[in-house]
Amino acid sequence: MIQIYLKEINGFFSSLIGYVVAAVFLLSIGMILWVFPDYSILYYNYASLASFFYIVPVVFLFLIPAITMRMLAGEAKSGTIELLLTKPLSPAQIVWGKVLASFTLVLLILLPTLVYYYSVYQLGSPKGNLDTGGIIGSYIGLILLSFVFVTIGVFASALTKSQIVAFLLAALLSISVYWGFGLMSHLPAFTGIWDDLIASLGIDTHYNSIRRGVVDTRDILYFVSLGVGFVLATILVLTLKRK
Amino acid sequence: MSIEVNTLVKRFGQQVAVDHVSFSIGKGEIVGFLGPNGAGKSTTMKIMTGYLTPDEGQVKICGIDVIEDSVNARKCIGYLPESNPLYYDMYIPEFLYFVGGIYQIDNLKKRVKEVVEITGLGPEKKKQIGQLSKGYKQRVGLAHALINNPDVLILDEPTSGLDPNQLEEIRSLIRAIGKEKTVLFSTHIMQEVEALCDRAVIINQGKIVADDSIRSLSHAIRGQEMLRIQLDMPLPLSAFEEISGIAEVVEKKPGVVVLKYDAKNDVRPELFEMVKSMDRKILEMTVLNSSIEDVFRELTKLEHK
Repeated sequence: MIQIYLKEINGFFSSLIGYVVAAVFLLSIGMILWVFPDYSILYYNYASLASFFYIVPVVFLFLIPAITMRMLAGEAKSGTIELLLTKPLSPAQIVWGKVLASFTLVLLILLPTLVYYYSVYQLGSPKGNLDTGGIIGSYIGLILLSFVFVTIGVFASALTKSQIVAFLLAALLSISVYWGFGLMSHLPAFTGIWDDLIASLGIDTHYNSIRRGVVDTRDILYFVSLGVGFVLATILVLTLKRK
Repeated sequence: MSIEVNTLVKRFGQQVAVDHVSFSIGKGEIVGFLGPNGAGKSTTMKIMTGYLTPDEGQVKICGIDVIEDSVNARKCIGYLPESNPLYYDMYIPEFLYFVGGIYQIDNLKKRVKEVVEITGLGPEKKKQIGQLSKGYKQRVGLAHALINNPDVLILDEPTSGLDPNQLEEIRSLIRAIGKEKTVLFSTHIMQEVEALCDRAVIINQGKIVADDSIRSLSHAIRGQEMLRIQLDMPLPLSAFEEISGIAEVVEKKPGVVVLKYDAKNDVRPELFEMVKSMDRKILEMTVLNSSIEDVFRELTKLEHK
């Protein structure tokens, strides 16, 4: 597994992908948070990172599929998947190596955003007047959410040889899981306990819950089991393809 | 036995790609796996290396069941897939270190150096794989198949698409490797099998049609020889048929005739005399090499008998 992991990490930084992803992410988030008035922290006049934690998942809905789309689709297209699967590697090792590598890249591009926390901390009046607990919770939520997006992306990438199809499928799946259940719960057909139940299947419910700064084990369990579920599904797809 | 394949069956939908294929290969043998395109060579090899799972049957490599204990079996196989997939954006040493790392080889640095030397990659080793010529890519493919020092090498069309020089280089490489290891390689070129190995397994439409030493196979093929002659003016075909030993006469175009005759009985001197006595001149006389097509026709004929 470690070999696949290192190969993918190397791949990100020896090609342009890693740098482009980091640049696109930091540039778009930076512009939205500090320059454009609609979500700008400076215009908002309130020492909070709420708009940051609102925007990042939306950017990730498209950025993470772009990171993960080539993971298995690329290997299938070039035939190198045959190379990997005839080495002493199990499908699980291949999938986990790829998931963890993509996840690492996402964590790496999130790292510089701690500067925003520092900036807002300094800008607060009085200095340091912001909800640090909420921000820690939000970062945990963001990390868990990006783990799930990565597993969805790798899963979509296992289904096809085409990277574009993998990208679109991953984006569609991520959007559905992120917003879809929440939106569905508003349908008039679901009343009583049903609408809460359906809403709780969606990522946004759990993400918003964790963002309050209350790290609930139920939320953590939700994210981890969803992510692991997609990883297992990916392993299953790889195994079935050999039939 | 290094390789044991037992009544392997693989179906893709309606089509039976591999139909009860069985053979075994002893340690240190080089065996050619022959067949036309689509005969089931690659599918069989993919099953043998654990990439595909068969519908029925069993494969043992070095005594380890490939289906039951896939990961361990793969440790003693070196496999060069058809079309030689490689990571084109990697550098040669980077790629070999990556593959070697998967096998957790001790002293990997030394081993990488060794395989680079064996496969003659030295002069190109600073290049990215994507920049290499096809012959060198094939060497990289062989290098990664060799890195774990496998007992069994499975090479799927290792020489396809190479120019004659590269072809000879890769062949001599396989010959050298085959001195110590069990090698099974597939090809659709008959001469290649003759040049490289002592035994051939021939597969057609998923079935094994022959499994024998090259000598007795060539004998079966050479039972009849084909001869193409060109004359300055046409002769009636009956004139040829009168010569004893000629089995079949086909006129390709006026003056050009293809003859089939028994290999034991060389008809060429008699033919020459006959043509001369009929007051014609032979402009050209060529012995036709048996193409793989003829081999198959012959072998399937033998099967029916």
